[in-house]
Amino acid sequence: MNTTLVKQNWYKRNEIAITPWLFLVPGLIMFAIYVVFPIFQSFRISLFKWDGLGSLATHGEYIGMANYEKLLTRDRSFNISLWNNLKWLVFYLASIPAGLFIALFLNQTVRGIRLYKSLFFFPFVISQIVVGLVFTWFYDPQYGLFNGIIGFVGFKPLNVLGDPTLSTYGVIAAGLWPQTAYCMILYLTGLNSVDPEQTEAARLDGAKGIKMLWHVILPQLRPATFIAFVVTVIGSLRSFDLISIMTNGGPFGSSRVLSFYMFEKSLSEYGFKMGYGAAIAVILFLIMMVFIGYFLWRMYQDEKATNG
Amino acid sequence: MFPKPIEKSSRTWQLGYQALLPTVMLLWLAPLLAVALFSIRPDSDFLVGNYWGWPSSFEMAKNYGMVFGSAMPRYIMNSFLITMPTVIGAVALSCMTGFALGVYKFRGNLLIFFMFIAGNFVPFQILMVPVRDLTLDIGLYNTKTGLVLFHIAFQTGFCTLFMRNFIKALPYELIEAARVEGIAEWRIFWFVVLPLMKPAIAALSVLIFTFIWNDYFWAIVLTQGENAQPVTAGITSFNAQFRAMYHLMSAGSIIAALPPVLMFFLMQKHFIAGLTLGAVK
Repeated sequence: MNTTLVKQNWYKRNEIAITPWLFLVPGLIMFAIYVVFPIFQSFRISLFKWDGLGSLATHGEYIGMANYEKLLTRDRSFNISLWNNLKWLVFYLASIPAGLFIALFLNQTVRGIRLYKSLFFFPFVISQIVVGLVFTWFYDPQYGLFNGIIGFVGFKPLNVLGDPTLSTYGVIAAGLWPQTAYCMILYLTGLNSVDPEQTEAARLDGAKGIKMLWHVILPQLRPATFIAFVVTVIGSLRSFDLISIMTNGGPFGSSRVLSFYMFEKSLSEYGFKMGYGAAIAVILFLIMMVFIGYFLWRMYQDEKATNG
Repeated sequence: MFPKPIEKSSRTWQLGYQALLPTVMLLWLAPLLAVALFSIRPDSDFLVGNYWGWPSSFEMAKNYGMVFGSAMPRYIMNSFLITMPTVIGAVALSCMTGFALGVYKFRGNLLIFFMFIAGNFVPFQILMVPVRDLTLDIGLYNTKTGLVLFHIAFQTGFCTLFMRNFIKALPYELIEAARVEGIAEWRIFWFVVLPLMKPAIAALSVLIFTFIWNDYFWAIVLTQGENAQPVTAGITSFNAQFRAMYHLMSAGSIIAALPPVLMFFLMQKHFIAGLTLGAVK
């Protein structure tokens, strides 16, 4: 029998089973090389003492869990970073109600409202580097707008980014600016699909104020709230750019978070402690996995619901 | 606390709202407007402490001219050369993965899909050391190609999520009808599904353009110096060069921020469609 014919027939017979894999291969290979394997490699590197020179196998020294032990028991900077991560996580969530509030404010049909919506969204489009620079100047103790304003109200000038107790809050506030814009746009889209008849009916029933928002509007906005929650939590734990630009972790390491501390340990003038850095990364990864697991579980429930 | 439609409220509140809008907007954008104002001041204003008053002269041309005379255009060019191939690569790969995961039922489908989503959310730091090593090993450290390859791979996660959900929402009868006609599967992809994906491709392209343009972390991990660094990383060297020259640093920041802003205003509809995918059901 002619072999090409056999091949063709075999392919034809299994076309529907094979095609998805052919389409997946390029994406899967790239993703495996640059995302999946590196995660496992980081786990391995975290068990070594390694300065990043030469290969891990020849130049790294296997030390088991020593990196973790040091991190969790003897590293004050790690504690500060972890604590700051928690601050980020909690205060960053303020962008969700703030975004909802602005979205409710802008959810009207007047002339030029589209332009206003775009302009409110503006901070999200520009890079965090520029946001960081803008806010560094905003906080400038000598001639920043911030001190101009609080001076006008009668307060003494504050050096927000130069004060170890204030610096993290200063950076978080800067982060809230683009993040609120992001949540706002999610809610504006969600509000488009709010049923005006339900709202009107509730109004006739005497629903007002917070009650109206809580019982009638918010349930309809649940998908938008979920996405806003996902992107805000992930965003808060990923914060790096703003810290790097605004305070570089300082003063005295007071505004570091895990992502920044990891970078500093692995790739900075303080020397290349790749193993130690990888251990920090693993801890951050495990913290994020808690949230990622929750998101995936929610999405899985949705999938099951839609596919019957 | 759900505001009534403005048409149904009192005349006073209507007027009040119209006045409130620009005021709130100016406050919201104040930090940015301050920088824009800085960027057109002469440097002498800063020496005499005139930060917030009327500029003593308008030096827009001079300040921005200085920026264009620096290494800035080089960084901007690098940003384009990194962003464009990434957009094309990630969108192309995810059209394929999205098609595979959205159209076919096979074992492991959901597992692979969730792997792409999970990968898209991991902290960059868990990838940093191995990816940097890999890039060094294959000789692409400090090249635009090295950065592009990583970005394509990483963005494929998010893009797959997006494309798969989009394709899943397309009418499945179209594909079945094509199969009944005996059309090969890859032709179904090319001639039936791909033409319907144009809005998704547009939305993703704008979104990825902005994400990659604004990337800073990978730029400083995988590149150094003028020949490969994009503008987000370049601006820190620019600022070091012009330290305390606020009129120039402001102008530089504005230029660095401009391309994604323009992209957003030109492609607004697509941008928002992409960003809010999943926010409504």
